[in-house]
Amino acid sequence: MSTIFASGRICPLDKNNVDTDQIIPKQFLTSIERHGFADALFFDWRYLADGRPNPDFVLNQPRHQGCSMLLSRRNFGCGSSREHAPWAIKQYGFGVIIAESFADIFASNSLNNGILLIRLDADAIETLFQHSRKPELVWSIDLEQQLLCCEDGVRFSFDIDADAKQRLLLGLDFIGCSEQLTPQIDLYEQNRSQQLPWL
Amino acid sequence: MGLTLYQKIYQSHLVAPLNAGTDLLYIDRHFIHEVTSPQAFAGLRQAKRAVRKPELTLAVMDHNVSTQRRTLDAAGETSRIQLEALAHNCDEQGITLLDLTHPDQGIVHVVGPELGYTLPGMTIVCGDSHTSTHGAFGALAFGIGTSEVEHVLATQTLPQQPAKTLKIQLDGPLAPWVSAKDIALAVIGQLGTAGGTGYVAEFCGSAIEAMSMEGRMTLCNMSIELGAKAGLIAPDDTTFAYLQDKPNAPKGEQWQQAVAYWRTLHSDQDAVFDREIQINTDSIKPQISWGTTPEQVIAIDQPVPAPDSFADSAKQEAAQRAQNYMGLQPGQQLGGTAVDVVFIGSCTNSRLEDLRAAAAMIKGRKVAAGVRALVVPGSGRVKRQAEAEGLAQQFIAAGFEWREPGCSMCLGMNDDRLLAGQRCAATSNRNFEGRQGRGGRTHLVSPAMAAAAAIAGHFVDISRGDC
Ligand code: SF4
Repeated sequence: MSTIFASGRICPLDKNNVDTDQIIPKQFLTSIERHGFADALFFDWRYLADGRPNPDFVLNQPRHQGCSMLLSRRNFGCGSSREHAPWAIKQYGFGVIIAESFADIFASNSLNNGILLIRLDADAIETLFQHSRKPELVWSIDLEQQLLCCEDGVRFSFDIDADAKQRLLLGLDFIGCSEQLTPQIDLYEQNRSQQLPWL
Repeated sequence: MGLTLYQKIYQSHLVAPLNAGTDLLYIDRHFIHEVTSPQAFAGLRQAKRAVRKPELTLAVMDHNVSTQRRTLDAAGETSRIQLEALAHNCDEQGITLLDLTHPDQGIVHVVGPELGYTLPGMTIVCGDSHTSTHGAFGALAFGIGTSEVEHVLATQTLPQQPAKTLKIQLDGPLAPWVSAKDIALAVIGQLGTAGGTGYVAEFCGSAIEAMSMEGRMTLCNMSIELGAKAGLIAPDDTTFAYLQDKPNAPKGEQWQQAVAYWRTLHSDQDAVFDREIQINTDSIKPQISWGTTPEQVIAIDQPVPAPDSFADSAKQEAAQRAQNYMGLQPGQQLGGTAVDVVFIGSCTNSRLEDLRAAAAMIKGRKVAAGVRALVVPGSGRVKRQAEAEGLAQQFIAAGFEWREPGCSMCLGMNDDRLLAGQRCAATSNRNFEGRQGRGGRTHLVSPAMAAAAAIAGHFVDISRGDC
């Protein structure tokens, strides 16, 4: 079965090592809510010191408005474990991030928020950056078949971990899934307190 | 085939296999702080879930507390709301909290080990990437996001997949004035900030065997800056000696039992790692970062590299951008470059040994005119001991500000921040753009290098004794 998991336009953020301090700076971490982070996304790049939008930053350019996929390069999401980073990305409107590689904690945080991370090799990423000169092109993602397809016919297949794929497709309640194993957790705790009584 | 230390800990925490290569792992210890936990508690409340094992969680106020005054509102209204939310959540769920009035309050990764909450062989998580610090004790410790914090609170477990294993063997003596921080920076400089992505890194070798627990914590702390999921060091007599008198460490017969078990926690002789690296430590010099990622680092006697000296175009571009941001020129020597602010603190370098190394550079001199220098001890215990040893008095006499424990200028969530353009010698772990304040320029260094810069007013090569 093939279904479209997501479709939309791609916004190119041509940088390596985009860290979570850049994705959302610390002053926005004092909230106790899960919402309200869209305007904080890439804050220091997006706004000038006087608060006006920085016209040079890609998110502010008229031709890149309304994109739902973000394109970057190597080691996206490195640094702090703040889940505010994927919250801000998702709330801004990106449901998919395409990059050469992602930092580990960022990857699990994204999965927990239903964001699809697509890893492609450097050549494919380069091709996508070339393509982004035509920002009007619409891309669609068939997650079942693991395909990223452009309306102009270009397509890339991508690898994804089987567990992540299933979770994204089914939109599972992760805590609920683990809770179903409560008897095993109970048993584990009993054994452990016998074997390692100091814990 | 034998097992690596990581594999031993992973297997001993297996509750049940889930699907598709994912396992449910038991979590022995959960640390929480005010910034990444409120939404997790809100999630629990919304789903009407309770905390499964409140006694396995320890909460600390650290990230956005004021390090000048011990009141909840001292770092502003939004901080107060977050700190009060933590207090309320802990109270409601029966979780132990080290709040601002507690004598042992401090940075979560400093407090956990010194109170004996961190023990070998444990799985430890916290909504904080520098949870890797606790790997110094041979615990599998890693940072998680807020959804995972909620998952652990509810189930005391986490779905995980086996990571790849990386062995980093560090052999040789350390030159005088070279610390674990310099080793960490040199390793990151060599492997890059994504060099460890997907791996758990185990540090071993003669340099590790000779290293104190505090040094090992500094090194494991920065393994996240290598991109590694966790850093690990096999527990040994140094570990046991550190833990023996800690309040929450096992006592009496249980201590004997625990140590016997802990001695089995090492990679087997015939264990196979996915990747192995060997580095000689005797040639490592005091390190200093010049850029905006921890991999952009040099020895203090090296010039700032020219962007075109990097092989790949992405690194060239990154170097160019970083040098613009940092206000540096290729070929410039950082020794002699003036600093505005010196920050000695953070979960990387705010322990007693770090403060001793910093104080040793003062030698009765004063902080240079125009330099603002802060010492922020990592915990109440570190602070009291530093005061008892006379270190605090030396800092104060020299003109350093002597603060209360907290994260402080490591990430500038409280009122300690760099102003745009200010250059800072920092003992923390991240020199990302704006990390210490928008437009601030961070150079990562060891405590001795930071203190020497405070006195001289500029960076100095402490290995040459020009300080
Ligand atoms: S000291 Fe810095 S790195 Fe460490 S936990 Fe606090 S903010 Fe994070």
